Amino acid sequence: MNLDLLTVDAARTAVLEKETTATALVDAFYAKIAAEDDAIGAYLTLSKERAYAQAARIDAIADKGDALPPLAGVPVAIKDVFTTRDVRTTAGSKILENFIAPYDATVVAKLEHAGAIILGKTNCDEFAMGSSNENSGFHPVHNPRDLSRVPGGSSGGSAAAVAAGTAVASLGSDTGGSIRQPAAFCGVVGLMPTYGRVSRYGLIAFASSLDHPGPFGKTVKDAAIMLQALAGRDPLDSTTAEVSVPNYCGQIGKPVTGMKIGAPLEYFEDGLDPEVRAAVELGLQELVNAGAEIVPISLPHTAYSIPTYYVIATAEASSNLARFDGVRYGLRSSEAKTLSEMYRRTRDAGFGAEVKRRIMLGTYVLSAGYYDAYYLKAQRVRSLLARDFDEAFAKVDVIVTPTTPTPAFKLGEKTDDPLAMYLADIFTVTADLAGIPGISIPCGKSKEGLPIGMQILGKHFDEATILRVAHVAEHALAPRML
Amino acid sequence: MVSEKDVSYVAELANLELTEEERARMLKDMNSILGYIDRLNQLDTSNVEPMAQVASRYGELKDEIAANPFAYALRADEPRPCLPHDEALRNAPVTDGMFFKVPKVIER
Repeated sequence: MNLDLLTVDAARTAVLEKETTATALVDAFYAKIAAEDDAIGAYLTLSKERAYAQAARIDAIADKGDALPPLAGVPVAIKDVFTTRDVRTTAGSKILENFIAPYDATVVAKLEHAGAIILGKTNCDEFAMGSSNENSGFHPVHNPRDLSRVPGGSSGGSAAAVAAGTAVASLGSDTGGSIRQPAAFCGVVGLMPTYGRVSRYGLIAFASSLDHPGPFGKTVKDAAIMLQALAGRDPLDSTTAEVSVPNYCGQIGKPVTGMKIGAPLEYFEDGLDPEVRAAVELGLQELVNAGAEIVPISLPHTAYSIPTYYVIATAEASSNLARFDGVRYGLRSSEAKTLSEMYRRTRDAGFGAEVKRRIMLGTYVLSAGYYDAYYLKAQRVRSLLARDFDEAFAKVDVIVTPTTPTPAFKLGEKTDDPLAMYLADIFTVTADLAGIPGISIPCGKSKEGLPIGMQILGKHFDEATILRVAHVAEHALAPRML
Repeated sequence: MVSEKDVSYVAELANLELTEEERARMLKDMNSILGYIDRLNQLDTSNVEPMAQVASRYGELKDEIAANPFAYALRADEPRPCLPHDEALRNAPVTDGMFFKVPKVIER
């Protein structure tokens, strides 16, 4: 069995048809991780005890010949921002280096309930703040397609594990592009569902109005199967909406004939890397060949999305990260004599440079005298950005763009300039701000062999349509991915 | 422009101390990023409602999710089991077995 090519469906089928057992699959994946992950650094913690216990449960069901759940025996990796009961959960931060979560995130419980096997926790930018995974408090992740390059971020470990074949599928979170951007850089499929589609309970909060949990897979179908297991309301997260969950896998194979696809001119401007442009334009052409119609559209406020994002995301982060104070969990500085000194020294020692920068910015934009000028202003522009999409979706079914302005950059290339790093998310942040779903699929390679991603955005709760379009494009483009 | 004094004040609000080196870097980075953020002032937003959450934009779905898509989140006000005491304390750096322990609160 070639683990590099193993899909969700194939893994489950292999267990179902007794070609292998869940336990043997887990053995094989841990052997591969031991052999290959040192060079990549995708994993922070392996949850072997939990994985083997779950594999034994699945094998017992298979032995009895009972019906196997939809993800039975599928080895998955979880971004370390999701809590996992009795397994270390760090959020990529030294401040949580020894934190053992007392409960499971809803998405983790749902995956396991669906039969998935949790191999371990993946590396990420500290508290999901970053676009290259270089802000991990532990070690950076190397892109499996080219080890001198970043895998993207913040869910870099989860994207790299799927690309390297050290997990069949994985879970990430997207606040400004943190699923779609690393998916593009690593040449895998990454899906950000609608805000409110998938529960955030147990997701260590970065920016609560922007955080979206979602899956990575090798194929669009794998992403659809994963979403099916993850979607739905959760009484533990009151922002999950009571909207019925369709059959996502049923969309796979449906045609796109007559569909209207918006191509926003602001995403194809001069700064765009010529190879990225060529690859995405070819992707659009394939959709035309499949019977869709391309409609030029405008999203006129796009240039304001990054500044809007860095006000709202940092404001929410400064508030969410106030809880890390050395009292209830995590690191505590032992030198301090008074409570306030203990807070400051603990946070100084536990947080990395980017996290401190965002806490400072967020505190500043919320502080007396600046709240209206920055925070309220950004919330108003957020309305304009959301309105741009409303107007576009009155004319088109989905919107297609490049996922990133360039392919994966080198480690160290942008670490000295935070603003340059922030601009790596320029094509992804707006969907987070509007709360609409988006997927990144591989659509070609640069001359250097680096993957290029194409992004498909849809209406609120219309993941079904973006999966349908993504699957048609994936199949048409497959020959160019070899 | 953010000043050194602003950096100290904001650090205090955020319960950070920061080294001299970190403060100098923070001053530079905050000014650079806030300078970029200032482009938001190119837009007239005087008649635009602030968007605090995504649910207010679910627009087209209004029919399906009716007036209140989050009605299910309400329930009878009855006690339910919560995290057991010992588990809640398990990750604490210092406890006395019953409470979280912290250094002296009142400075004198």
